[in-house]
Amino acid sequence: MGIIRASKLGFDYIKYHDDSEDPEKINAIKGVDFDVEKGQFIAVLGHNGSGKSTLAKHINALLVPTRGTMYVDGVNTSEEEELWKVRQKAGMVFQNPDNQIIGTVVEEDVGFGPENLGVETEDIWHRVDDALAKVGMLGFRDRSPNRLSGGQKQRVAIASVVAMHPECIVLDEPTAMLDPNGRREVLECVRELNQKEGITVILITHYMEEVVFADNVIVMDRGQIVMRGTPRAIFSRVDELKHYGLAVPQVTELACELKQSGVDLPDGILTIDELVEALC
Amino acid sequence: MLIELKDVSYTYGKDTVYEVNALNHINLGIDEGEFIGIIGHTGSGKSTLIQHLNGLIKPTSGQILFDGSDIWEDGYNLRELRTHVGLVFQYPENQLFETDVITDVMFGPKNKGLSKDQCEERAKEALKQVGIPENFYKVSPFDLSGGQKRRVAMAGVLAMDPQVLILDEPTAGLDPAGRDEILGQIKYLHDKRGITIILVSHSMEDVAVYAKRLLVINDGRIAFDGSPKQVFTHYRELEQMGLAAPQVTYIMHRLHEKGLTVDLTATTVEEARRSILLALSMKKSGGTEEGGGSPWVK
Ligand SMILES: Nc1ncnc2c1ncn2[C@@H]1O[C@H](COP(=O)(O)OP(=O)(O)OP(=O)(O)O)[C@@H](O)[C@H]1O
Ligand SMILES: Nc1ncnc2c1ncn2[C@@H]1O[C@H](COP(=O)(O)OP(=O)(O)OP(=O)(O)O)[C@@H](O)[C@H]1O
Ligand SMILES: [Mg+2]
Ligand SMILES: [Mg+2]
Repeated sequence: MGIIRASKLGFDYIKYHDDSEDPEKINAIKGVDFDVEKGQFIAVLGHNGSGKSTLAKHINALLVPTRGTMYVDGVNTSEEEELWKVRQKAGMVFQNPDNQIIGTVVEEDVGFGPENLGVETEDIWHRVDDALAKVGMLGFRDRSPNRLSGGQKQRVAIASVVAMHPECIVLDEPTAMLDPNGRREVLECVRELNQKEGITVILITHYMEEVVFADNVIVMDRGQIVMRGTPRAIFSRVDELKHYGLAVPQVTELACELKQSGVDLPDGILTIDELVEALC
Repeated sequence: MLIELKDVSYTYGKDTVYEVNALNHINLGIDEGEFIGIIGHTGSGKSTLIQHLNGLIKPTSGQILFDGSDIWEDGYNLRELRTHVGLVFQYPENQLFETDVITDVMFGPKNKGLSKDQCEERAKEALKQVGIPENFYKVSPFDLSGGQKRRVAMAGVLAMDPQVLILDEPTAGLDPAGRDEILGQIKYLHDKRGITIILVSHSMEDVAVYAKRLLVINDGRIAFDGSPKQVFTHYRELEQMGLAAPQVTYIMHRLHEKGLTVDLTATTVEEARRSILLALSMKKSGGTEEGGGSPWVK
């Protein structure tokens, strides 16, 4: 049984209008089945408004299903008394590096989560050290978060989640506001947590390059999952991706164009190494 | 010259313990009709710089001229300046405040003193340009997805029909189709309507394709100012500044190391394609350019 298991999950946002009796329903998720094995790295792609964030918020019970079910590590997220258990198992990191950090000092920020869980003071410090080390920010523990770069702020946000000892981290466009260096830092950090610590990762992104190292990719369209597969399989289906408003990494695009111009190249080239290898 | 910055410096929290020197002695001239890209590491001062251009931030020292007039002189009409110089903020949620999408987009033209019908017409046109369909007009801006909010914020500025359009990371959070659509729209406004564009971006690929002139900001100073091609030849120095070159530039360098004589200054997929095809055909025909009558090269 997978660590995250959504079955026939449907979700409606409900809006009440002054001028009418019946509330309006916005059907954002339409019968999604989604099963993630422990330790996997899953990337989620999809056009604006396709339902990625809505689905992600179900994983740590910020939202609960209108229809169907969501289980996280065997816990049904719809059961209110299990809320904190779910929040501890699955942490979230968002897009804006500036409004996720609440502490005035880095270590304080990372300690908030465990403190809220009722962890003993001594153990909190232990967890803070450990989490900061895992994201490569131990040297910044006494710093004020305002003085950090965007990539560093996001790594602190990730450390705050890691300090809760989660099974799973959901990252909703964590690199959208970062420079190339920050983007690389955050991705390396996330990959390492996945590979070394075995933490399950769900990464939502609009950058196709970031998906290349995922175990599996899912593509959403208007509230449904419309494609699933390995990055290589997904990025070989260029026309379908375009149809869903998506694209392929720049290397893959170049390889495709060269191929169309008659150069003999294999399908689904994903990295610079692969292209160089195939051409020289 | 349309906009001129003379020795502009800016310090946040001046004379407090939180003092941050965000800009240091910036000198910069912007001509009418330019398409300028601005790149720089997070916290380098890009957002601070562009907020000076429409008078949202007053320089700690130095001068800002628009059309030759000092915008901080007594009696200067900053409100009017802001209708000429439109700014789309980095975080669109900071820009949306009305009860529904269409009212939000009508706000700018209303401030310009246009009639209700004219405002509505402008707003609809702008929403169409950013790909927001009619069924969203009555939705609250706060109930939109991240990318939808960004599109609406941009429509709000477009509806004012500005002379200069400044966009702070307009494609962050947009899906690839939306990214192409918005950048295409910006290019159209520049090419066909002559609007001056200033585009802040963390996407090296995007500025390489669209900008004619590229500014690199590093720790509050201008580190490079030139065409994207010129600037990206300094990619090793850019990496030191937390930046990079477009992915194709790295591909070209790798191919070159392997002995394929490709153009190292290629920064777009199209340039790379042509150059690689040419190099492959030369290699096949034994290295002379004349012998390269390959069917591949269009
Ligand atoms: N609070 C809300 N109230 C009502 N509708 C909402 C709300 N949040 C999102 N929606 C709608 O639900 C749908 C899915 O939104 P969601 O935020 O999940 O999309 P997304 O895939 O994350 O998009 P993006 O790539 O732009 O972040 C959209 O049509 C959106 O307009
Ligand atoms: N309101 C503020 N108060 C104090 N310091 C600030 C404020 N806004 C920005 N700063 C600081 O000023 C410097 C420049 O920030 P700015 O936002 O201009 O950078 P940027 O290049 O736009 O970064 P990013 O790529 O992350 O958007 C940074 O050190 C930042 O921390
Ligand atoms: Mg989202
Ligand atoms: Mg900024």
